[in-house]
Amino acid sequence: MSSFKDTLSQFDWDDTMQSILGKTAVDVQHALNSKKRTLEDFKALISPAAKPYLEEMAQLSSLITKKRFGNTMQMYAPMYLSNECQNICTYCGFSLTNKIPRRTLTDEEILKEAAFLKAKGYDHILLVTGEANRTVGVDYLNNAIQLIRSQFSNISIEVQPLDQNEYELLASNGLYAVLVYQETYHREEYKKHHPKGKKSNFDYRLETPDRLGKAGMHKIGLGALFGLEDWRADCFFTALHLKYLQKTYWKTKYSISFPRLRPFSGGLEPKVEMTDTDLVQLICAYRLLDEDVELSISTREREVFRDHIVQLGITSMSAESKTNPGGYTIDKQSLEQFEISDERSTETISQMLKSQNIEPVWKDWENDWISAMP
Amino acid sequence: MKNDILKIADKEFNSRLFTGTGKFSASELMKQAIVASESELVTVALKRVDVKDDQDDMLFHLRDNRINLLPNTSGVRNAKEAVFAAQLAREALETNWIKLEIHPDPKYLLPDPVETLKAAEELVSLGFVVMPYIHADPVLCKRLEEVGAQCVMPLGAPIGTNKGLKTRDFLEIIIEQSKVPVVVDAGIGAPSHAAEAMELGADAVLVNTAIAVSQNPIAMGEAFKMAVIAGRMAYNARLAPVEDKKAIASSPLTSFLYE
Repeated sequence: MSSFKDTLSQFDWDDTMQSILGKTAVDVQHALNSKKRTLEDFKALISPAAKPYLEEMAQLSSLITKKRFGNTMQMYAPMYLSNECQNICTYCGFSLTNKIPRRTLTDEEILKEAAFLKAKGYDHILLVTGEANRTVGVDYLNNAIQLIRSQFSNISIEVQPLDQNEYELLASNGLYAVLVYQETYHREEYKKHHPKGKKSNFDYRLETPDRLGKAGMHKIGLGALFGLEDWRADCFFTALHLKYLQKTYWKTKYSISFPRLRPFSGGLEPKVEMTDTDLVQLICAYRLLDEDVELSISTREREVFRDHIVQLGITSMSAESKTNPGGYTIDKQSLEQFEISDERSTETISQMLKSQNIEPVWKDWENDWISAMP
Repeated sequence: MKNDILKIADKEFNSRLFTGTGKFSASELMKQAIVASESELVTVALKRVDVKDDQDDMLFHLRDNRINLLPNTSGVRNAKEAVFAAQLAREALETNWIKLEIHPDPKYLLPDPVETLKAAEELVSLGFVVMPYIHADPVLCKRLEEVGAQCVMPLGAPIGTNKGLKTRDFLEIIIEQSKVPVVVDAGIGAPSHAAEAMELGADAVLVNTAIAVSQNPIAMGEAFKMAVIAGRMAYNARLAPVEDKKAIASSPLTSFLYE
């Protein structure tokens, strides 16, 4: 099977870093003035040399985003189904060795949480779990999707990587999108952060978007976890991954997320810090590289930051999220996967958007159509 | 122009400007922009509205007897999904009009000609008024006409790009050949583009992004209204021919005839 693995193997991490850091103001200006920007332009836009051009990048990014997506923001809510996990990930609150109470929602609990989010106005929902294939395998996920399918127009998952036939099954039963973050594209460092569990298999994770593309999934979400390795190289490889996927699975839509390491109990200190300025630069750079990719921001980020970033290229966001199973209605006190930074209510976020002339869009899909898929 | 009524299927339109509902910063603003444009046919993405909810914000703002709803199938990737979506729209919105959009490519939203033709044929047989969004492909337009599409909607430029009539040469052929109304859809970014399409002889234009994303959508809606009227008037009045070259004083090649 040809996959992104072949593409990635042609690149060396250190050379890539050197190439990014070697970009100059001339390269940045070239990138800004280009009509069709390449991955080399992208390198320039995420390089330190682009820092003095941040305002120009932001204005361009804002303009392009408005033209393509209009004055709108897609709204979604995450719903954690389980925190059981067989993996050890050095940065995650659900990691196997963390002594926390484990919970996997029952049918009744899933419906209760779903009803809560529905009442808040959400129609696009993201189901999240750890990786515990025996209790939270494809059957559990399939069941969860069936349970809530009639209530939500758009269902996505962020769970352990699955096989192609499993994705096909879930898609035929109403699944719209799968988010699967590589965490880091640095093969050796990846191994250090994922020493145990199925997730320690770098290639299986790396090839997940290929399996999703083959399964005909409507949308695939990419991302790296910022803090593990240098964000610049990881973002270049994310962009490389995006471009590869767009060419290979051209019927699929893509989104990128920007998780920065957040504190959690017993957590890892970021190895490489990513500042707010860095993140703004990155978001604008992705937009300048690709006018159509969806860019998503979660409640990990601070209020002030979120209030401003909505104008700069972001096209979807969540609000009032809970990152523990049952966090909305059942087990409000249990430990979260990571701490939420922006705790404002959905209504407050909605008003914040409207005050900036952005319409929150709650529904932009029709679940019924997916069943007609080939 | 009196009596310059556009007729598609059984409906008559005073306005030759069709509009859309996406990308506006608020539903109320969308409504006001549409009213200012005097558009009588407004397309709405079925996926954006909740047809089960009679309080749906967008549908609520479109409840106006001056406005005919034109549901579109945006989001579908093949003929099968499109037919399904159209049936859903007919049932929920009580209209047999459908703007057929099949773009399996979510990046540039370019229409799939093969699936569109297939879906159009089936939808016509199911009693729909089919308005297909397609490439500016003259042969495809004739094929759609043959299977019973009540109009054709070739694109001026990739959707949302505001680039104007990049496909002008093909649009001219389509307009020349078509027996059904030609509605230029997608790519119209300025009133001057709309006027240009109307001057070419397009029967109508559909504009969304250029109105929704402008700094003042209400004023832009009105500007498009006037541009479409002006372009149509100019077409009916027959434009004076363009003079490319100065007349040549001497006739070096033919003067021998008169010697």
